[in-house]
Order: sequence, then C-alpha cells, then structure tokens
Amino acid sequence: MFSQYWDILFTFAKAFAVGGLICMIAQIVINFTDLTSGKILVIFMLAGVVLQGLGLYQYLVDFAGAGATVPISGFGYLLANGAIRGAQKGLFGAFTGALSAASAGVSAAVIFSFIMAMIFKAKSKKN
Amino acid sequence: MTGKNRENYNANYIAYVNSFDPPTHHLKNCLRAFLVGGFVCTIGQFLRYILEAAGLYGDELAGTVSVILIFLGCLLTGLGVYDRIGRNAGAGSIVPITGFANSVCSPAMEFKTEGLVYGMAAKMFIVAGPIIVYGVLAGTIVGIIYLFL
Amino acid sequence: MQTIFFKNQPRIVATGTIAGPKECAGIVGKYVDKTLDDDTFGESTYEKAECKMLTFAARQAIKNGGGSEKETDMFISGDLLNQIISASFTARDFDFPFIGVYGACSTLAEAYALAATFIDGGYAKKIVAATGSHFSSAERQYRYPLELGNTRPPQSQWTVTGAGGAFIADTGSPIAITSATFGKVVDFGITDVNNMGAAMAPAACDTILTHLRDTGRKPTDYDLILTGDLGALGSRIVKDLTWEKGVDMQSNHVDCGEIIYKVIEDEFQGGSGAGCSAVVFNSYIYDKLKNRELNRVLLCATGALLSTVSSGQGESIPCICHAVSIENV
Repeated sequence: MFSQYWDILFTFAKAFAVGGLICMIAQIVINFTDLTSGKILVIFMLAGVVLQGLGLYQYLVDFAGAGATVPISGFGYLLANGAIRGAQKGLFGAFTGALSAASAGVSAAVIFSFIMAMIFKAKSKKN
Repeated sequence: MTGKNRENYNANYIAYVNSFDPPTHHLKNCLRAFLVGGFVCTIGQFLRYILEAAGLYGDELAGTVSVILIFLGCLLTGLGVYDRIGRNAGAGSIVPITGFANSVCSPAMEFKTEGLVYGMAAKMFIVAGPIIVYGVLAGTIVGIIYLFL
Repeated sequence: MQTIFFKNQPRIVATGTIAGPKECAGIVGKYVDKTLDDDTFGESTYEKAECKMLTFAARQAIKNGGGSEKETDMFISGDLLNQIISASFTARDFDFPFIGVYGACSTLAEAYALAATFIDGGYAKKIVAATGSHFSSAERQYRYPLELGNTRPPQSQWTVTGAGGAFIADTGSPIAITSATFGKVVDFGITDVNNMGAAMAPAACDTILTHLRDTGRKPTDYDLILTGDLGALGSRIVKDLTWEKGVDMQSNHVDCGEIIYKVIEDEFQGGSGAGCSAVVFNSYIYDKLKNRELNRVLLCATGALLSTVSSGQGESIPCICHAVSIENV
C-alpha cells in the first residue's frame, strides 16, 4: 500500500528531474551561443528525431514518462516513432507516418492559437 | 576608418567589444530553467496519471496530454503571462511543448492586426514553422531508412 | 569640411513631447507635455498609436511655439517603421509640405540639421521637425512577437515609446542651432543585432571628432555632449574611442538611452529608438537650456542602418551619427 505511493512519487521525481535536465541543457546551449528560441526548438526537436531513429529515446521515455515526452525533443520522438511504425506498412506509411503522429499537437496548436488570437490582443511588455 | 583598412580594424574592434560582454549568470539561469522545465514536465506527468485513471492509454494518452499542455501554453500566452515567465525561466519555458504553443500563439496574436488571412493565418508559423518543416523532413528520412532496413 | 555653420542661427522656438508610462517613470516624466497611461493611446494598433503620438508631438510643438499650422512651411520627420509610415501618415493630416527622412535613431538630429539648413538659407521660415518610436511596433518589425517567451540578451536595449518634435523658426527664442555636422556611414563589422551600442559607438566617435576638428572646439567648450541611444555599454566605448584619439569627454558626455529609464538594470543597456533622443532632448534637456542651466549642447543622435533582411543575410551593421550644436545666444 505504502510502496504504491512511493512509486507514484518516484515517477514524478523522475519526470521532474529528466524534464528539468533537458531544459537545463538547452539553457547551457543558449548561454554559450545566444541562439534564439526558434533555433533551440528546432535543434532539440531534431535531437529527439535522431535519438529515436537510433532507438535510444524510447528508453528515456520508458524511464521518465512525461519528463521525456513533454519537452520538444518528445515531439521529435513522436515524429520519428510515427515514421518508423509507418515504415512497417510500406513506403506510403513511411511518408505519412511522421505527420500523422504529430497531428494532434499541430492541430491543437493551430486551433487554440486561433481561438486565443480571436479573444486576446498582444499586450506591450511591462519589463 | 570607413575605407580600405576596414578589415584590419574590425578584428581589433570586435575583440575589444567582446571584452565588455556582461557576465552571464550560468548557475542562476540553469537553475531556473531546471526548475521551471521540471515543473512543466511534472504537470504533464500528473495529467498522465489522471487520464490513465480515466481509461486512456497508448497514443491517445500521450496525445491528450500534449493537447492539454498546448492549450495551457496558448491560454497563458493569450493572458499575457507566458512572455513574463519566459523572460525569467529561459529555456525552462521554451523547450517544453508549452513553448511550442507559445511560439505559434504569439505571432497569431501579433499579426491579427494585418488581417485574418495574410496576417494571422499566414504568419502563425513564422517562429514555429521550422519545427514542423524540419520535423517532417527528419521524420520522413528516418521512416525511409527504416523501410530499407 | 563636413560641418555647416549657420550664420542666421535658426532658433528652436518650442518643443512638444509625449512619452509612454515606462519612460515617464524616469527622469523625463516631469518635463513631457503628455504622459500616456496606456501605450495604445486609445488606438487599435501600436502603429496607429505611434502615428498619433507623432502627430501630437508635432502639433504640440507648433502650439507651444505660438505658431499656427497655416504659417508652418514644412514638416520634416521620420521614424523606424518600414517606409516611414508613421511620419508619412502624420503628414497626411497637415496642410504643408512634408520631407520624409530616415536615419533610424539618428532621425532627430538629421531633421534638425535639415530644418536649420532650410531656414538659414532663407527657403523656409517655420519648420516643425519631429520623430518618434514605439516599443511594440519596433519589437514586431525588428524582433519577435510581443507575447513570445524569449529571453532578452544582456546587451539589448529597450525601444522608447514616445515622440518629440521642435518648432524651428528664424527668430523667437534664444536657443539657436549654430552648426551641424552630417555624419558618414561607419561600419566596424559588428553583426550582433542586439549589440547596437557597440555598433553605433564608432559612428558617434567619428562625427564628434569631425565636429570638434571642424569647429576648432574642445569637448569642454560644450556643457553637454549628448549622444542618442548608445546605452551604457556604447557610452563606455565611445568615451574610450575618443580618448584614444586624444579627446577627453569623460566629464560632460551623457547618453539619452542611459538616462531615460529609472531602473537601468531592467532595461539592460537602456533605451533606444528614434523616440529616445526625441523625448530626452525635447523635454529634459530643452528645459535645462531654457533655464540656462546648460548653454551649449552638442546633440549627436546615432542610428543603426540595418534591416531584418540585411541582418538575416549576415551583413554587418552600418551606422551613422549626425551632430547638431545647440546654444543659448
């Protein structure tokens, strides 16, 4: 009974630590190179694709759960995973797999952004 | 100074300017990124638990977690909070999927004034577009490599 | 000789200024004609707000100078937006000729120098010269969407929300424009778009040295050498560069960008933009000139002549600085 709670807590701790570490690596990259946010996102997404292409990112996902899927590298993982699964069905699958796996995220981003843009106005920064 | 020996002067001047670079607070920045990034991922993990209990599994579970986080990212952007978090958290708010949502939502809000078609819709992906372009490219390459393996 | 001497000494009769809430929390707050509580100025977009601010500053300058729009001969203006829309759209409301100028953040000094040239030559009697900028519209054009959660690098500056203008005429005030030095474009190869101060400092140095050489003056002949928007870092560099050439202006150099904001730490290097020198000079410094706390000021507004296209293509940043000598006579 008690150990079950420990398990849950441990899972959270793992998600926190791994997610935090990925962000910290990104911060170190920013500190040393002055890369802008768009480039950081592309680099980390590509890292996710490459790592999953080599079959490595899956281990991190199994270990840390949301800690590995929530950072943008998890998006890359999703794309690569979709393409790999699609490839098992043939050329057409390999071609459509990546984007269909990412469809939920892209659709959500488009739809919610549209709604927010309809409701809110860009405000000036205070500081 | 403007003419022929520009090249020569440049190297000296740029080195001189770089000597003024304000110190970067590595430790502080990294700690903030770690804490905020970790916190967002913990929320993701929390959502996973709840949705798992609600009976979701596999791709649907992962997808729903992303969708909810993207919604939160867009909402905070709309409320004008995300840019303030981002200023302090650095990569901690850029790298999680909420940062992706922010980089789609913020141009949409910004360019709404230039019209709904060529303003908001066309420029929605000026920051996040490269992620999709290179994501699809790289993903498809991986797929094709696996096809021949 | 790069410097023009004005024998008829055109006068700055009055000024008009307006600034946003963040700027007015600082040193200029007491001196501006109008403080905005809301930086949209009641308009639907920031571009329209910038245009309205510029219109206000120009009208206020004419009003404070006791002139009328009917008597005004010319409007010289420019701003930071593409195709200088704020200035052109402001001119749409006026029933006199318009000369659009672009010198990025150096526009103010450029406009004053041109206005003084026209008046000195007898081609015009009353000219209104104004410029302005808006943080939010500049941010959109040169950087990122406002709500994007990116970090600002420590070298970056904060575009001033504000506008300022002057009513320049042949008589009517003891404050005169006595000479002007149009600057050369100087490029020392800085490519970092966030480090404007370092890019512009050599241009400022070049123009200041040329001005001092042409006029035969020493830096101490001026009560104040006022640069436009070099920021904290750029100010240090310009002092270093001039010192290297044997000109010491440690004691009387002040930078508008460095002094405009109250808490410099927040804005990193300080303010920038066409509105920076426009607001600081036309409110705070002009007031000091009027009270004779300052008698001779060299206004050197600096500008970085880049665009997002040129920096995207990896070009370095060419910069310019125009100097205008303003004296109590």
